[in-house]
Amino acid sequence: MSDTTDGLVLAADGRPLKQSLRRALLRQKIRALMLIAPLLLFVVVTFIVPILSMLFRSVENDIVPVTLPGVVTELAEWDSSTGEPPSEEVFRNLYIDLFKASEAKQHTRLGTRLNYEQTGLSSLFRTTGRSLDDIGEEWQDPLEDIDANFKDGAFWFEMMSGSDGDTFLEQRRDLLAEMIGESMAGDVGFVPSEQVAKMLPWTSRAYADFAIWTAIADNDVVAEEDPWEAVYGALGMDLTSPDTISAIGSYSGPGAEALQAAVANLDHLPQDGFREAFAAENGDWVSPDVWATIKLYSPSVTPGYFLNAIDMELTPDGIEQKPENEQIYTQLFIRTLIMALIITASCIVLGYPVAWLLANLPMRTSSILMILVLLPFWTSLLVRTSAWKVLLQQQGVINEILVWLGFVNDADRLILMNNATGTVIAMTHILLPFMVLPLYSVMKTVPPSYLRAAKSLGATNWTAFWRVYFPQSVPGIGAGSILVFILAIGYYITPEIVGGTSGVFISNRIAYHISSSLNWGLAAALGTILLIVVLGLYWCYDRIVGIDNVKLGG
Amino acid sequence: MKFIKTLSATTMLALVATSGAALADDHMASDMTLVSWGGAYQASQIAAYAEPYTAMNEGVTITWDESSAEAVAKLRAMNEAKNVTWDLVDVVAADALRLCDEGLAMEIDPNEDLAAAPDGTSAEDDFGDLLVSECFIPQIVYSTTVGYRSDMVPAGAAAPTDICALFDTKTYPGMRSLEKRPINNMEWALLCDGVAKEDVYDVLGTPEGQEQALAKLGTIKDSVIWWSAGADTPQLLADGEVFMGSTYNGRLFSAIVEQGQPISMLWDAQVFDLDGWIIPAGLPEDRLARVKDFVKFATDTQRLADQSKYISYGPARASSAPLVGKHASLGIDMAPHMPTDPENSKNTFLYNYEFWADYRDDIDAKFQAWLAQ
Amino acid sequence: MSSVIVNVKRPDLLTFTMPFVAVFGAMFGFITGNIFGAPSIGLIGGAIVGAVLAGILARMTKINRRVKIWGIAIIFGLAGAVFGGLGGFFGGLLVGVSMGWFATWVGTGKYRAGVPTYYTPGQVLWHNTFLFICAFVFFFLIAPLIPVVWLSFNAENFFTFTPEMLSFKAEGYSLKHYRDFLGTDEWMVPLKNSLIIAPIATIISVSLGTLAAIGLSQSHVPGRQTMMAILISPMIVPLIISATGMFFFYAPLGNWLEVTLGLNQSFVGYVKVILAHAVLGIPFVIITVTATLVGFDKSLTRAAANMGANPVTTFFRVQMPLILPGVISGGLFAFITSFDEVVVVLFVGSARQQTLPWQMYTGLREQISPTILAAATILVAVSILLLLTVELLRRRSERLRGMSPT
Repeated sequence: MSDTTDGLVLAADGRPLKQSLRRALLRQKIRALMLIAPLLLFVVVTFIVPILSMLFRSVENDIVPVTLPGVVTELAEWDSSTGEPPSEEVFRNLYIDLFKASEAKQHTRLGTRLNYEQTGLSSLFRTTGRSLDDIGEEWQDPLEDIDANFKDGAFWFEMMSGSDGDTFLEQRRDLLAEMIGESMAGDVGFVPSEQVAKMLPWTSRAYADFAIWTAIADNDVVAEEDPWEAVYGALGMDLTSPDTISAIGSYSGPGAEALQAAVANLDHLPQDGFREAFAAENGDWVSPDVWATIKLYSPSVTPGYFLNAIDMELTPDGIEQKPENEQIYTQLFIRTLIMALIITASCIVLGYPVAWLLANLPMRTSSILMILVLLPFWTSLLVRTSAWKVLLQQQGVINEILVWLGFVNDADRLILMNNATGTVIAMTHILLPFMVLPLYSVMKTVPPSYLRAAKSLGATNWTAFWRVYFPQSVPGIGAGSILVFILAIGYYITPEIVGGTSGVFISNRIAYHISSSLNWGLAAALGTILLIVVLGLYWCYDRIVGIDNVKLGG
Repeated sequence: MKFIKTLSATTMLALVATSGAALADDHMASDMTLVSWGGAYQASQIAAYAEPYTAMNEGVTITWDESSAEAVAKLRAMNEAKNVTWDLVDVVAADALRLCDEGLAMEIDPNEDLAAAPDGTSAEDDFGDLLVSECFIPQIVYSTTVGYRSDMVPAGAAAPTDICALFDTKTYPGMRSLEKRPINNMEWALLCDGVAKEDVYDVLGTPEGQEQALAKLGTIKDSVIWWSAGADTPQLLADGEVFMGSTYNGRLFSAIVEQGQPISMLWDAQVFDLDGWIIPAGLPEDRLARVKDFVKFATDTQRLADQSKYISYGPARASSAPLVGKHASLGIDMAPHMPTDPENSKNTFLYNYEFWADYRDDIDAKFQAWLAQ
Repeated sequence: MSSVIVNVKRPDLLTFTMPFVAVFGAMFGFITGNIFGAPSIGLIGGAIVGAVLAGILARMTKINRRVKIWGIAIIFGLAGAVFGGLGGFFGGLLVGVSMGWFATWVGTGKYRAGVPTYYTPGQVLWHNTFLFICAFVFFFLIAPLIPVVWLSFNAENFFTFTPEMLSFKAEGYSLKHYRDFLGTDEWMVPLKNSLIIAPIATIISVSLGTLAAIGLSQSHVPGRQTMMAILISPMIVPLIISATGMFFFYAPLGNWLEVTLGLNQSFVGYVKVILAHAVLGIPFVIITVTATLVGFDKSLTRAAANMGANPVTTFFRVQMPLILPGVISGGLFAFITSFDEVVVVLFVGSARQQTLPWQMYTGLREQISPTILAAATILVAVSILLLLTVELLRRRSERLRGMSPT
């Protein structure tokens, strides 16, 4: 800097001109940004943030680790390639987690989620969810026979209560709160005993869950309620451990007698473990495939939805192509692109002459004709689509006229809708104004004298048009095409009504997953891919034509 | 005698309800959003339930939302966003089971939340088997059945009398319209593929059975227009676009009797189903109190019977059946048009709620993939 | 031949008019013949009728063209009625009008009216073919609205042309769907909601959008492309994704507004839908206004500043009037986006904010009733009136400007 100070040019106020100019430029920039800022902020807050958070669902997979926390931890050690079902430990965790989940009615959602990956898991979770009580009763009945105190809720409360168990209780509370996605804050009215928690680890977990749920979700008093069947099942788990048995021998706190009686009568309790109990409910529980799926989808972030969206799947052996009869999405993406292209092309073919006519007629006539273009544009999309339904169906207006005129046999009427033809015709009509308006505004700026000049210089009609006029109208074609293409690719109501099964777009699939199958993750993944395609196109367009050249009428 | 008894019972009920309302005004919300299906069905609900209720409870406004078709998705989204704007939702029983399973609907106690029959029968006994879920408050029995264009029966062929005419494109050429979901279609396909009625759900529970049903549907896939809105089949039949199609019996009644279209209906293998209310889980207390008050009124014996004046669906209470009268504007007897009429229910098919609650996700995934092929 | 045509107004009867009209007639003849299963007889008959017609018309030079056309139309219509009853009458009328128009159009040389005299016959042919193509496209644009208007007078509750309608019997028609539309809350409340939501959303998107477009059109804006992409994104993202994304975001926003600020639930509902619709309309405003600003002469603002106007005055008195056409057309797009939007409102709105398209959508799903068509017809009529008024105003201001001294 210092070496140029000598040659400084000063502005009127005595400052160096360079600085002054820079300041003016800065001020101009700031003013421009201030003008843009409110809108930018508005769009970012009301649109960009919601969209991004929606798209995030395409990788989110919290539901598995949150609903089955114990299972997920334990399952990490299981190797799916052995072909063996996981250990008894996993099934015990499954029982505790699933029981809690079914009380909170979350197991059905988990089943639905896992069913996206392996068909059959939804019914597995739902049917099992209904018989979890029965599994617990296999332990509850003999325990109550051994000592009638086990029937009494107050007795359980006394046995499990004690001191120093706050941390443990909070842990269980957090797990529950995470699972249902709501705060479980509030007074439980129960403090677990740390001594019992060490002696009966499973039972304490089950009882703590029961206590928190009873007090917070059901608003009942813990001591007055009979414990869940899961608590009895959990006691059964504890009673298989030698450590627990020896600890009970030297235990003298509340419920010691009943526990010692249970230890003395271990042969009255079921000898099979929880793996067998689950297997008896449904054989699929010991299928390694089921467990492989659960393990694959244990992490809280998953590529699964994206893979599904391109007809791939995550398997224990890595990423694989789906079986042929389940591949639908790539085909659908391609169909969407091709149909959007056909629609865009027919809009160009139909829109170009009309726009030319409008641009070259005297204002009076062209404004009247413009009304004809704008009229359908002002008519509700739904109405226009249903109008096309009336026109295109087999007993519709077009077929009736053709039959009446004798061009088509009554028996083999043209099938114009519930297929791709219907979608193309109706959407061309609906999107045509979006092509005509930008084309018109560009053509309006092309001086007609150019064409005359070319002709007077000896060009044939065709040459004059193709070499002189057409290149000048290309920005209009570009603007119209990008508009029509982008709008077409995202349509779903029109294809839904006139497209049948073979004329629907990827958007229909997205809508289906959002409102019927409730697979929002897959919908988000499909949407993300679609969005990337559109953004790519937009980028190319901006590169080639420049977004400033898009004009809509006016 | 019976009439007087009902009358006095309803007046008493009305009195109780009004006095209750007067007392309860402080803790009851003054407006409600009810969700239903729109169309003639919703109109019948307005005439039979909502108008008498608002007449009795001044200052209560009822807003109707015609979103029952997307109720499950929307309730799930509302629940996740912790912003439930609906107070009472009309859904089919299968959806009610699903919502109940996922904790999106509130469990009710029939004897406490619903009115007893005029003769003192408890609500639980009066509704009987129709209380298919702890969250579900049944209103009507409807059936999904098949209608056909009587003027398009091919010359020389007898008018179709059994459900398998759907699959018989040789005798009855022409398009069919079927609902764009597996429920009912899969059962009909198996029935017409030689599976005995009592075995249908056992077979459908296996992957092979599902393949079998899809294969049978595959034989007519090219001549099916898939519908997803209740108004589609009557419109398609009226246009002559399809020869036969499945829809709800009330829609066919309306097209045949009220609109005089040349359509006939089959009562063969009609699938009985229920439609009713659920209360979304997690309503604030004042809104819940208002909804409970309304539900108690709207599902009493007389109200359910009243609804059948406007639409040909059977009331869900046993005690309402004798009160079914004549059509409100046409003056014809409604009883013979009810799906529950003995003449119509000679060969019905019992819909298995538990099965579909458990297998809906599985079979739906397969069906949609099959459809997209 | 071309030298003959340049000087003589009327083309030669025998070598030009008669063959052309004959070909045209043959076409109609073929179609008519086809109805009765004898296309070849129709073809020949049509050609003869065409040629004879051309010949006769050429002799009657004194009669007004319009009279000729209607005369022929009535003759053809009566002939049609003999064969095909009422339908035949209308068919005949249609054919008659077309034939008469074509014969006089060719016969009087009117087909060259809009063409420079130096055009070769090939060019004239192309020019007229081009006009026919354009006419076809306009027909394609407008034709689907015809059944909408027609069926809205249906006496039945279906979207079907009944035999009574087709034979123009009074009992096939009724105004009941118009009564349903105008006389019930079911339709009037949504209409009111739409008329609340769409204008407010339009005002938001137009005011914010115009400011931003002016900012974007300044010469040195950092990150212009990115900002443009962000602002245009509501148009690019498929609607169904926008709708769900907004739903999950707006629900807690609504809760917050209701709980923290204590706002009325129904008011918050409107706010949510208005915000959603405003953001959807923004790209249209941005695109149209920036396009107008491309041609804006910046020295005008400098001149205004020179003369002592502050930026606000400059904006309203100098810049705004000049870019107003762009702003208006952007505003119209934004308005129609909101007024015709159904996907987002289905997700974001609650029943109290039910808009007209929403009501139409549920109407189509649950009770296909021509009331929807009556609603559409009324809206079409209103928009024709609006567009015509705008056009008349434009002409008036043009005339006023033409009359001014400069």
